[in-house]
Amino acid sequence: MSRETALRATSEGRLWQALLIGGALAFLGIFLALPLIAVFAEAFKTGLGAFVLAVQTPDALASIRLTLFIAAISVPLNMIFGIAASWAITKFEFSGKALLITLIDLPFSISPVVSGLIFVLLFGANGVVGPWLAAHDLKIIFAVPGIVLATLFITFPFVARELIPLMMEQGKSEEEAALSLGANGWQTFWYVTLPNIRWGLLYGVLLCNARAMGEFGAVSVVSGHIRGETNTMPLHVEILYNEYDFVGAFAVASLLALLALVTLVAKSVLEWRFDMNSGAGH
Amino acid sequence: MIRCNAITKRFGSFAALHGIDLHVRQGEFIALLGPSGSGKTTLLRIIAGLEFQDSGQVLFADEDVSKRNVADRHVGFVFQNYALFRHMNVAHNVAFGLSVRKGRDKPSRAAINERAEELLRLVQLEGLGARYPSQLSGGQRQRVALARALAIEPKLLLLDEPFGALDAKVRKDLRRWLRDLHKAMGLTSIFVTHDQEEALELADRVVVMNEGRIEQIGTPEEIYMNPATPFVSHFVGETNRVGQGGEELHFRPHDTALVSQGGEAVLVDNVFRKGGVWRIEGILQTQQILVEIDLDAASTPPSLGEIIQIRPRQFRSFNQAGAQIKGEPQ
Amino acid sequence: MPGFGLTFGFTLSWLGLIVLIPLATILLKAAGMGWQEFVAVGLSPRAIASYRLSFGTAAAAGLVNAVLGLLVAWVLVRYRFPGKRVVSALVDLPFALPTAVAGIALTALYAPNGWIGQFLEPIGIKVAFTPIGIIIALIFVGLPFVVRSVEPVLADLGRDVEEAAATLGASRFQTFNRVIMPAIGPALLTGFALAFARGVGEYGSVIFISGNMPGRTEIAPLLIVTQLEQYDFNGATAIAVVMMLVSFTILLLINGIQAASRRRMGI
Repeated sequence: MSRETALRATSEGRLWQALLIGGALAFLGIFLALPLIAVFAEAFKTGLGAFVLAVQTPDALASIRLTLFIAAISVPLNMIFGIAASWAITKFEFSGKALLITLIDLPFSISPVVSGLIFVLLFGANGVVGPWLAAHDLKIIFAVPGIVLATLFITFPFVARELIPLMMEQGKSEEEAALSLGANGWQTFWYVTLPNIRWGLLYGVLLCNARAMGEFGAVSVVSGHIRGETNTMPLHVEILYNEYDFVGAFAVASLLALLALVTLVAKSVLEWRFDMNSGAGH
Repeated sequence: MIRCNAITKRFGSFAALHGIDLHVRQGEFIALLGPSGSGKTTLLRIIAGLEFQDSGQVLFADEDVSKRNVADRHVGFVFQNYALFRHMNVAHNVAFGLSVRKGRDKPSRAAINERAEELLRLVQLEGLGARYPSQLSGGQRQRVALARALAIEPKLLLLDEPFGALDAKVRKDLRRWLRDLHKAMGLTSIFVTHDQEEALELADRVVVMNEGRIEQIGTPEEIYMNPATPFVSHFVGETNRVGQGGEELHFRPHDTALVSQGGEAVLVDNVFRKGGVWRIEGILQTQQILVEIDLDAASTPPSLGEIIQIRPRQFRSFNQAGAQIKGEPQ
Repeated sequence: MPGFGLTFGFTLSWLGLIVLIPLATILLKAAGMGWQEFVAVGLSPRAIASYRLSFGTAAAAGLVNAVLGLLVAWVLVRYRFPGKRVVSALVDLPFALPTAVAGIALTALYAPNGWIGQFLEPIGIKVAFTPIGIIIALIFVGLPFVVRSVEPVLADLGRDVEEAAATLGASRFQTFNRVIMPAIGPALLTGFALAFARGVGEYGSVIFISGNMPGRTEIAPLLIVTQLEQYDFNGATAIAVVMMLVSFTILLLINGIQAASRRRMGI
């Protein structure tokens, strides 16, 4: 209730408040909102027709299909990994836990380009297992499996990172109670743990998905940019842009921006639910 | 020394204080006692200048300081959870008030250090200046907070639930020590508490507050022996309340005597030793309500299920408006 | 509690398969190169110029974000204003918007004929295809790291500490400087470090606006890609390893500073 009173000993005067709020909003407006608006403005610059044509070219449609396919594989895999890792880390004591957490976070601190590079070095024609792959007629680099691997690497920490602090905070007493009542491990996870972490999990999956669909650097290195085959949406944007097809580039980009907006809205809704849930607990 | 005139304060739709008048004399040790939500902390914060009243005035030595902000009021304030600066060591915490002074008022570094040392000695934390707050016990942190507040040499010391976060033993020791310090330094002090024992033990005068109003101001003796309102009677000390034809009769467990006849019948429900007395819990037969009675520990207590006759030696009775009615024991 | 063997085993295998083994390849590759070759490519003038640019622009953007991110976090935590929820959601935009999209959007804005560029051009400020453009792109990608690091600490910082400073006679400025800043300093440093690390490796949002002139606006990740396109795997490896070494050293250093300050306070 005291938050409502404007005049307090330790708050800034109204003028200062207005200045600070204005400064922050101006900064956010220019640096964040304007680029977002620009994407849509450029996409529809020459009208709706040009936009529709641009996203309906076979290459654009192929890139959309590929992007969805990549996300459909890499997001569930990293979700399962995230759950397993946070279960092992938060429910048990073992030495080297801090190191394990650091290693899980490792992909965050590596340049996307380097993330792509390591797979080229491993599976590329001159790579460690390249000759063996070639002998068996298997293609990873400049093909879809390479894109999946690079995406898996890039999005590796997302789910685990949301879940570990959440499950750490929730402790394990509820699981112990369920086990003491005769539930087995799966039942305990399914009926006790999962309901407790579902919003955090969804949150992690959301961010993981946004990155998986939007990754550029790593995928760019391993994809080979074969139109209609190994071009994801972000890569297709680049190609169109470099060919000076700006409307086309921004049209495909606007679809990705829409994905970002949906992610942000869903994220805000989840945060709001989070607040409600934790509020009810007090 | 300190005067509050008709102070009101609202937080949104919630009226925190309705017209508070209070006069604190030089050198007094005042307790603001009341349940949570009674407005006692708000009043303390208004006196400090941490909050501003909607109407009314705060006067320090006949000077209206209502518009003056907290930094210029020069009062020592000890916060409920100490609010120590955790990134500063103890000595820097204590010296903070001196080191933020500007220009000519700012003492030399050496003088500041010396003063901090002196204050730490005063609060018996000599040699702990290099420690950080997280390395101290609760009682030690409390004393650092006090030393920090005293560093600016305030005439008025305000304390918000000063012992709230401490365990019982430490609390008792600190209370006595604070009382001595208050006297030795010639301070005027006001502290907020919800603990009646603390208020009665420490204060020269107790201000009992409820729902944004002052219920009674008086010495501990007056408050306890002669509560002005049903609220005070009930809130301070243990009281049995018995309704009687539109009036409410209040009497203390220790003001109750066993009589052989002509008293009120009470069915004994529980008997246990409570400190130096026997505590009897029983059901007042006429009204089926619980009453508590203390009997001399040397006497033989009644047994469970027995019906005893009781009679208050002293009581107060209040009418429905809360006004006190003079009456004789029946 | 059941499931340790299963989850721990799966965690380690997946971590090994997806992260550790691929990462080990690059070290193996680097170790396989001769020292001389490593230095010749990894520390060539062109490579050094790219490191300087990448680390320099990342540091500059990190600093800008530390200041303006703190402002945003402060406003979001302390004040009420209409549309606050939307603004708070907008802060995460760089996490959600694909970097390539950000890259072309920023280029469109800051190109000499763009919405913003047309006003800067006449007063002699060139943004697109200069290091300033790179810094702007890195401010975009790094901002949420600072805001989201500082926000919870600022929200957690009790009002009472500020009030205590005020009762002791501190001005608002002194309170901010001597009480609030030291308390949120570690979080601000964390945010800076995260934004910096992200900025050093950033590729998608930068390459469109930077112009990619070797020695002038060629960032290190782009140089790696260039080497790869010329099938110079050793060159790419050497540059990647140097970049990683410098990044990790800086991050370790920042971690060390924080651990030391935490130890000092006994937290």
